[in-house]
Amino acid sequence: MNPIPALVINHLSAVFPTEDGGLHALTDISFQVQAEQFVCVLGPSGSGKTTLLRCLAGLLSPTQGEILLNGEPLTGPRQGVGLVFQKANLMPWRSVLENILLPLEIQGLEKEAALDKARQMVELVGLQGFEASLPRDLSGGMAQRVAIARALVQDPGLLLLDEPFGSLDALTRERMGDELLRIWQARRKTVLMVTHSISESLFLADRVLVLSPRPGRLRLDLAVNLPRPRLAEMRYSPAFADLARQVRAAIE
Amino acid sequence: MRANWLLIILSIGLALLGWQVLAQVGSFPTFMLPSPAQVWERFVTTLEDGSLLRNSAATLLEVLLGLVLGVGVASALGYTLAKSLPLERLLSPYIIASQSIPIVAIAPLLVIWFGPGLISKVLICALIVFFPVLVNIVVGLRSVPQDLRDLMRSLRATRWQTFRLLELPAALPVLLGGLRIGATLSVIGAVVGEFVGANRGLGFLVNVGRGMYDTALVFVAVFALVAMAMLLYGLVALLEAHLLAWQKENTE
Ligand SMILES: Nc1ncnc2c1ncn2[C@@H]1O[C@H](COP(=O)(O)OP(=O)(O)OP(=O)(O)O)[C@@H](O)[C@H]1O
Ligand SMILES: [Mg+2]
Repeated sequence: MNPIPALVINHLSAVFPTEDGGLHALTDISFQVQAEQFVCVLGPSGSGKTTLLRCLAGLLSPTQGEILLNGEPLTGPRQGVGLVFQKANLMPWRSVLENILLPLEIQGLEKEAALDKARQMVELVGLQGFEASLPRDLSGGMAQRVAIARALVQDPGLLLLDEPFGSLDALTRERMGDELLRIWQARRKTVLMVTHSISESLFLADRVLVLSPRPGRLRLDLAVNLPRPRLAEMRYSPAFADLARQVRAAIE
Repeated sequence: MRANWLLIILSIGLALLGWQVLAQVGSFPTFMLPSPAQVWERFVTTLEDGSLLRNSAATLLEVLLGLVLGVGVASALGYTLAKSLPLERLLSPYIIASQSIPIVAIAPLLVIWFGPGLISKVLICALIVFFPVLVNIVVGLRSVPQDLRDLMRSLRATRWQTFRLLELPAALPVLLGGLRIGATLSVIGAVVGEFVGANRGLGFLVNVGRGMYDTALVFVAVFALVAMAMLLYGLVALLEAHLLAWQKENTE
């Protein structure tokens, strides 16, 4: 195992200023994530999951505590972190390919090399033939795949996903989960993914974290010791059901 | 589309016919209501002696320079205001107050200060264009989705990249809307300026026609002004159609 954890979170608190003393979104959260681990974060609505991800992405500075990314303190957005938002969050005036190109364009990568990478991503998420389509012509699932491709195009070591499949129907959702696993296995990344679905988290993750309702404490840190590759049948196994019961109990 | 054009031509034809009938049946003196045929004759003479083109060119130059100046200053100020709420609070009373001064009232001042030449007209055009464009730019920039701003931040985009890749395209629809209003207002500004004091321009031509009871000439100048405003409006609409193709609904 890698001696330096990919992610160290020490006594993290996030308080939003309000008139009556502040809204505690996260309180004293501590955990570590090893490199190439797949971690899912669950919790009721308003428990601070998005806030946690925004802290990890460097978009929000925590009120207290520190975050170490590969051993270095995080002070702002970092190269090598891919972020997928709760909505697809595409630029409506850019085509699929151009949306995926955006991070490389900002990075200042040479045009040909950038196009090459972007095309690879299009293939990876199975959107060949839609390169020139505009976001308005995509289904919700396709848009979300573009968002994932955009997050992956810089080949980030850490992938942060905020309910990436939230708006999808159950079947598409399972298929996207499979695709995400495939990508994760092929590219060996550290993944932190927020989800509302217990079975999805157990199916995908090595580990499940559960946040409590406000003030957002870490309530459960559960290792998911199901063998990989994860197969659809496992969803009906006793071990799966047992884990699901534990997670459910922590959320309620 | 074709049917639309036919309708427009038909309605213009009907209006001309009605006008001709009114002029003949009412047998008004020419200085009150010239017939379309008389206006056409006057149009041909002003075209032949070059006065129509010369004066149109003078007005168009004022309109365009005023538009460029007004939009330029409004853009720079609008960007600054949109970026800083305190600055907006500080300056907006002055900006709104400046708006309640009728342009007709300060046009004479500008002519006194800057002479009856090009500069005073350009300033009047710029002033009249300034406010609607400024408001649209502030609204346009403020309406850029926060999630896309976060995306740019997470990708560590520079200020200039954020402007070029996000703010400009996102604000473009509202911005072009402002430009469309500005273009027609600029024509009004030029005429106001020329009324107050000028020796060329279409507004000057209207003044001359009025002074000599040459009502047909007034009609010619007014029509030229309408044509100019419509031309500018059409150009901006064309620009919109081109730049905002991504916004169009697929109606096919
Ligand atoms: N920018 C902000 N300013 C003030 N309060 C905020 C801000 N962002 C989040 N909050 C508050 O912090 C709390 C946690 O919000 P957060 O978005 O992290 O929850 P969440 O777990 O992602 O919820 P959901 O599952 O609904 O997405 C909420 O009570 C929310 O109102
Ligand atoms: Mg959330």
